[in-house]
Amino acid sequence: MNLHEYQGKEILSSFGVRIQRGIVAQNANEAVAAAKQLTSETGTTWHVIKAQVHAGGRGKGGGVKLAKNLKEVEELAGQIIGMNLITPQTSAEGKKVHQVLIAEDVYYPGESETSEFYMSVLLNRATGRNMIMYSTEGGMDIETVAEETPDLIFTEEIDPTVGLMPFQARRVAFNLGLSGLAFKEMTKFVSALYTAYVKSDSSLFEINPVLKTSDDKIMAVDAKVTIDDNALYRHKNYVDLRDVREESAIEVEAGELGLNYVDLDGNVGCMVNGAGLAMATMDLIKQAGGEPANFLDVGGTADAARVEAAFKIILKDPAVKAILINIFGGIVRCDRVAQGVIDAYKNMGNINVPIIVRLQGTNADIAKQLIDNSGLDVMSATEFQEAADKVQQVLG
Amino acid sequence: MSVLVNKDSKIIVQGFTGSEGTFHASQMIEYGTNIVGGVTPGKGGQTHLEKPVFNTVLEAVNEVGADTTIIFVPPAFAADAIMEAADAGIKVIITITEGIPVADMIIASNYIKNKNCRLIGPNCPGVITPEEAKVGIMPGFVFKKGKVGIVSKSGTLTYEAADQVVKQGLGITTAIGIGGDPIIGTTTKEAVELLINDPETEAVVMIGEIGGQLEADAANWYKSSGSNKPVVGFIAGETAPAGRTMGHAGAIVGGSDDTAQAKKKIMRSCGIHVVDSPAEIGKKIAEVLA
Repeated sequence: MNLHEYQGKEILSSFGVRIQRGIVAQNANEAVAAAKQLTSETGTTWHVIKAQVHAGGRGKGGGVKLAKNLKEVEELAGQIIGMNLITPQTSAEGKKVHQVLIAEDVYYPGESETSEFYMSVLLNRATGRNMIMYSTEGGMDIETVAEETPDLIFTEEIDPTVGLMPFQARRVAFNLGLSGLAFKEMTKFVSALYTAYVKSDSSLFEINPVLKTSDDKIMAVDAKVTIDDNALYRHKNYVDLRDVREESAIEVEAGELGLNYVDLDGNVGCMVNGAGLAMATMDLIKQAGGEPANFLDVGGTADAARVEAAFKIILKDPAVKAILINIFGGIVRCDRVAQGVIDAYKNMGNINVPIIVRLQGTNADIAKQLIDNSGLDVMSATEFQEAADKVQQVLG
Repeated sequence: MSVLVNKDSKIIVQGFTGSEGTFHASQMIEYGTNIVGGVTPGKGGQTHLEKPVFNTVLEAVNEVGADTTIIFVPPAFAADAIMEAADAGIKVIITITEGIPVADMIIASNYIKNKNCRLIGPNCPGVITPEEAKVGIMPGFVFKKGKVGIVSKSGTLTYEAADQVVKQGLGITTAIGIGGDPIIGTTTKEAVELLINDPETEAVVMIGEIGGQLEADAANWYKSSGSNKPVVGFIAGETAPAGRTMGHAGAIVGGSDDTAQAKKKIMRSCGIHVVDSPAEIGKKIAEVLA
């Protein structure tokens, strides 16, 4: 589950990680009130207005602005809320901004120069251990850094039996070139950050930038936090942090029906049991000259109700010119799936795109007969290649 | 010969009396798999499906000599079940459970590292050696005995591959479903190595998907092994959108090996017979064995 910056920062702060402070606002009036409150609490006179959407690169799209007085806070918050923010990580249409974070200005002048770092915590799949990845090149796109100056990216891998060791926290601070108070602050920051990662059952923290202020404080100025969905059962207080406005409406609806669905741009819909076979079916559609319109894993029980729900979701996309159903019946019997397809088709009544049903495995022969004798405009197939040929045929 | 499981394996079911455990245990017994009992804490001493139920894995090891386990325990308790099995001296731990928190698997995979055991999965369909032992949830009838080994991250795609192999008049030595989670006990490379080293296996089908570097590691190992047993490969997800399941910073670690295209390229350069269409796995294996 992905979180907004302000939600991620709240979690970090609850584990003692220093953050750039801010208050979330839904409209310009709330933004002004938030700015006043921040000024009284932190003494900040300038404020940063930050669009809260699930996408990186917000600054590049005009979603992060500096306001030097309350009038500017009101104006800028008013401009950003409601805009369609387009960043390198969004689609071409962008993402609608529903709320902004009013944050304190932390780049104030002082005794020393400010500097920005990059830090993330994530799983190293190759070793099955968590690692802290960090770089002196903060505020930049880390993939660019990895490509151009890979020697400026460092990692600390964490032994799960002992957790992050003090020498590792010191090594982070040394590698980032810090000394004095800033060095000490960084070791505290890294330790608290790792604790937060583990205790919150996160699967990704990306803090870009981590800022050294002009008075040598270390703080998280941004926060991208992803919580491990499989661990949400033990963090009931995080469940409400999900913002479905940030997800595709059709994917949310499919999720509520128990379908694992990803919306794509193609012209052939598909309905498959099992994630691997579903991806392979998408690939097959492409091989047959089409483009997959979706990923859809119906899971182990492909009964009439489920098939009907899947039909409804797929047919919401007007670009769909054909639907390929690909079920490998193991424990689930093909004849029951076939009956499910027939019942769903009859219930729907108005399906006007060709349907190709490929059923293989337990009772595949009976299933094919059921489909062929149903009198419906449904083509049956048993072999994978046969299904591909039929897709090609209907696409003309 | 075969790998991991055979007719002599002494298999227990953890989560034996639950609905999943009960259903699949009876399917496995029907297949002829040597199920010697099961474990459900608090139900020790009872009999279920005509087999003894034990409170702990250790009791099952001591009393019926269990050496293999299949785990159907719910996600919140599954990592603990894996560690219990490893601690009791079980040699092959096959974990079907889907949805185990990553943090739990970090601990479990670290815990079992120095035990003398092999973990398969989690989130996998299991392992089958046709006509000997089905230790998983796959439809047994699809897998006929033969000389082709299968390694796959996915369930139904494994059945698809086996079905295609069988329709070419060939059969399977052992099919290993390694699982699709970010942390799995046995990697693609380790599973391929087991099969390449199995005298009865004459060719291997290796099925992967986008994400991670397991297939590239396996391909590099295969090349350096100098083996003359052919490997046929397929990577699912050529048409999958980027960045949907992986975190931003995660993509950096995977580097350029993450996409289907990149993986296939590496596999081809290591001498693996890669097919672009999932419908051609069977045809290709027949061709390389001809």
